[in-house]
Amino acid sequence: MKTDELQRVFAAMRSQMLRFARLQLRSEAAAEDAVQEALLAAHMAADQFAGASSVRTWVFSILKNKIIDELRRRVREGNVMDFAAAEDEMKDIDELFDQRGHWAAPPMAWPDPEAALDNQQFWVVFEACLDGVPPKHGRIFMMREILGLETEEICKELAISPSNCWVLLHRARLGLRECLSQRWFGEQK
Amino acid sequence: MMNCKEATQLLSQGQERTLTLVERLGLKLHLLICKGCRASERHFDFLRTAARRIGSPEP
Repeated sequence: MKTDELQRVFAAMRSQMLRFARLQLRSEAAAEDAVQEALLAAHMAADQFAGASSVRTWVFSILKNKIIDELRRRVREGNVMDFAAAEDEMKDIDELFDQRGHWAAPPMAWPDPEAALDNQQFWVVFEACLDGVPPKHGRIFMMREILGLETEEICKELAISPSNCWVLLHRARLGLRECLSQRWFGEQK
Repeated sequence: MMNCKEATQLLSQGQERTLTLVERLGLKLHLLICKGCRASERHFDFLRTAARRIGSPEP
């Protein structure tokens, strides 16, 4: 691809990339760095790209790797929350069930959830929900579902057991389900 | 019979690992009689779809 053509594709992607990196890294500066590095790497590989869509795919996978590297670095430097001690964040989830473990208020089907995916406003709410669940839940859910890491990799990175990882993911999903129900799908309680 | 908390645990773990036959049967039985957990199953699937969309390069 020609340089000016590539620049246009980069410019169009930049804000989406920044938003993505910010959500994962919780730091404006770290997000800027990751995006910058990903774009630089793409720039150097410019002659490999056949078209805009292959650039986007490539740049995004580089960005994901940069984010994973940064998360790894934080873990190595001990600059990360203690994932093994999650008990403090279990209370809100326990309130979803009664003492026998049945729904306090059973979830209802969401009307046409697929349509939400095409709605800009939905993504604002979805990100707010990712921000709104306890940080450990949000972080682990994003590592699993947004960055696409396998559970084993996450356990290793965060030094937790698989069962601990499953517990956190279960809680993350319950919390996100609850949040989207209330804030987007209008489930009445 | 498993309760809803356990059923949603298995629904979530089913996205992480292959459930055992006993787990699958127990879950199936629970879902048969529990509308709330059937809704949750679809919601968990939707969460996965939505989250993957965030990381996709489509504009």
